[in-house]
Amino acid sequence: MAVTLKPQVITEVFTDPMVPVPYRVRRVRRETADTFTFEYEALDGRRFPFAPGQFNMLYLFGVGEVPISISGDPAHPELLVHTIRAVGTVTKPLCQAKPGDIIGVRGPFGSSWPVREAAGNDIVIVAGGVGLAPLRPAIYYILNHRGEYGRVVLLYGARTPGDMLYKKELAEWRGRFDLQVEVTVDAARPDEWQGNVGVVTTLIPRAHFDPHHVTALVCGPEIMMRFTILELQKRGLRDDQIYISMERNMKCAIALCGHCQYGPHFVCKDGPVFRFDRVKEIFGRREI
Amino acid sequence: MIGEQFLVERRDLQKLLDALQKKGYETVGPTIREGAIVYGPIASVEDLPIGWTDEQDGGRYRLKRREDSAVFGYVVGPHSWKRFLHPPVLSLWKARRNGKGFEVVPNNAEPPQYAFIGVRSCELHAIFIQDRVFTNGKFTDPHYQARRQKIFIVAVNCVQAGGTCFCVSMKTGPRATVGFDLALTEILEGQRHYFVAEVGTEKGAEILRSVPTKPAQPSDIQIAEDRVARAARQMGRHLDTTNIRELLYRNLEHPRWDEVATRCLNCANCTMVCPTCFCTTVEDVTDLTGTEAERVRKWDSCFTLDFSYVHGGSVRASARARYRQWLTHKLASWIDQFGTSGCVGCGRCITWCPVGIDITEEVRAIRQSEAAQLSERGG
Repeated sequence: MAVTLKPQVITEVFTDPMVPVPYRVRRVRRETADTFTFEYEALDGRRFPFAPGQFNMLYLFGVGEVPISISGDPAHPELLVHTIRAVGTVTKPLCQAKPGDIIGVRGPFGSSWPVREAAGNDIVIVAGGVGLAPLRPAIYYILNHRGEYGRVVLLYGARTPGDMLYKKELAEWRGRFDLQVEVTVDAARPDEWQGNVGVVTTLIPRAHFDPHHVTALVCGPEIMMRFTILELQKRGLRDDQIYISMERNMKCAIALCGHCQYGPHFVCKDGPVFRFDRVKEIFGRREI
Repeated sequence: MIGEQFLVERRDLQKLLDALQKKGYETVGPTIREGAIVYGPIASVEDLPIGWTDEQDGGRYRLKRREDSAVFGYVVGPHSWKRFLHPPVLSLWKARRNGKGFEVVPNNAEPPQYAFIGVRSCELHAIFIQDRVFTNGKFTDPHYQARRQKIFIVAVNCVQAGGTCFCVSMKTGPRATVGFDLALTEILEGQRHYFVAEVGTEKGAEILRSVPTKPAQPSDIQIAEDRVARAARQMGRHLDTTNIRELLYRNLEHPRWDEVATRCLNCANCTMVCPTCFCTTVEDVTDLTGTEAERVRKWDSCFTLDFSYVHGGSVRASARARYRQWLTHKLASWIDQFGTSGCVGCGRCITWCPVGIDITEEVRAIRQSEAAQLSERGG
């Protein structure tokens, strides 16, 4: 008997980007009074490749979901690392998670720091507060490929010495001869801090780099990024040499919910990392 | 057969619904509920608002009896077809605790197979726009796609315009030209009551074969064209879209935004009735025992404070900023994002605004103030 095969409708097999994948907390490290760094591993052992600057949506069972930047080393995709500040209804309980607890992860999403494109250039990284967390994967990447870059500078500003992230690593990085690390705090008692006092922009004039061949990676509160850009422009950087990372409300992270719109951009898809010349018309404008 | 036109007598319209229902379609269309023409299940032609029309203006909507028994003698109401393709409330998945972890079960329920009865040309364009939003980017909304793939569209060409209509300005109507399976133009002339039916797809042709028809003569087609042309001349509103993106981007700090903010109630009606507004939020909930969790997606609006909340406060804290976001998104940044305007000129946002804020008037105010400044400078 002849069998006629009908053309079959092929339904694409895909992971629904709205469905979280369970991850287990492996380690917790306290960074500051309200900020913690978590190492997670997938229950099914899957690796988590990502690009520096990308973020995930972290889900706490029944509570909700928040966008959080990935702060780990892209050379170690077997571990997923997030630094989380306990400020909201989801981040507070997320920060109370203990080793063995399970959370949900969707991602990675969004654009990344241009670490490959910047090869051959000097690099200046300017971070404010928890803004160091999304930059740390870029720092790891650059240090892992140190020979490909010229001078590398890290400028970090925190509100107080107690608000500084990654203190041990900062100390290690300061000990390196191939990295200029400058740290400042907005305010400190003399008995707890002997270093720089002042906002992070005060460090920019003394950073060593060639303004014509440098890529700047900037992350922090919007006001901090605005003044950082002004200082970098004073040093002679063009707008297309400067990259910033934006933060907006996000519900889906796949450019369908509309919440993260920033002018014509969706921060979840076109950002969070933007080359400054692409957003300069709206950057700093109030309530966009 | 595609592109061919036929005559369907009014008394045979029920046979069209019968044919669709026999094919397994859930027929939905305009029907009267709570003093308005909304979209809901249509079991028979009698469920349609026969002999009714609507009077619309800024902040005003009234149903009125017609002097005839037209079946489609009104324009669009507060509902749009997005409520079927992009439901207002949708469960995305459920999760159940197991030990310390949880298991997620996505909502893969087979969506209904809808036949939309009476889709106006502006609404067809709204569907095309949402196609771009949900299925044309890096990510696709599987729920929209599953619904969209299955629909059957019976378009209706408008033979009269509403008081807040401006599809001619937006180049989206009043005649349906693409994207329908069948398109009807309703003709009432003396004792005659019939439809000129245009076949848009093979699927449409197949359904029409179950309905008694006669080939339409050139004179029938001409009458239908004339009726639609008359609607085009009756537009209640007009919007000049010349360089509208640049106009709005140039005027993000225009005093008109402050002025409109004094009238806008931030009620979000415009975004709910808009056939292209697509924003959603998600709610994560659990049952009382905390063992079952669910993520529910719901329509959201850029007019709420929560919409732009990041820790520390809302990005768009003022009513001025929220109205500006809505209007500039609709008419300007939508073009950057999706290669099309987000407005189809249906007029719903004008009609259903409780204080009658008129999108066409807001743009005109900004355009005219610029023109006035230019002519002052020019002397």
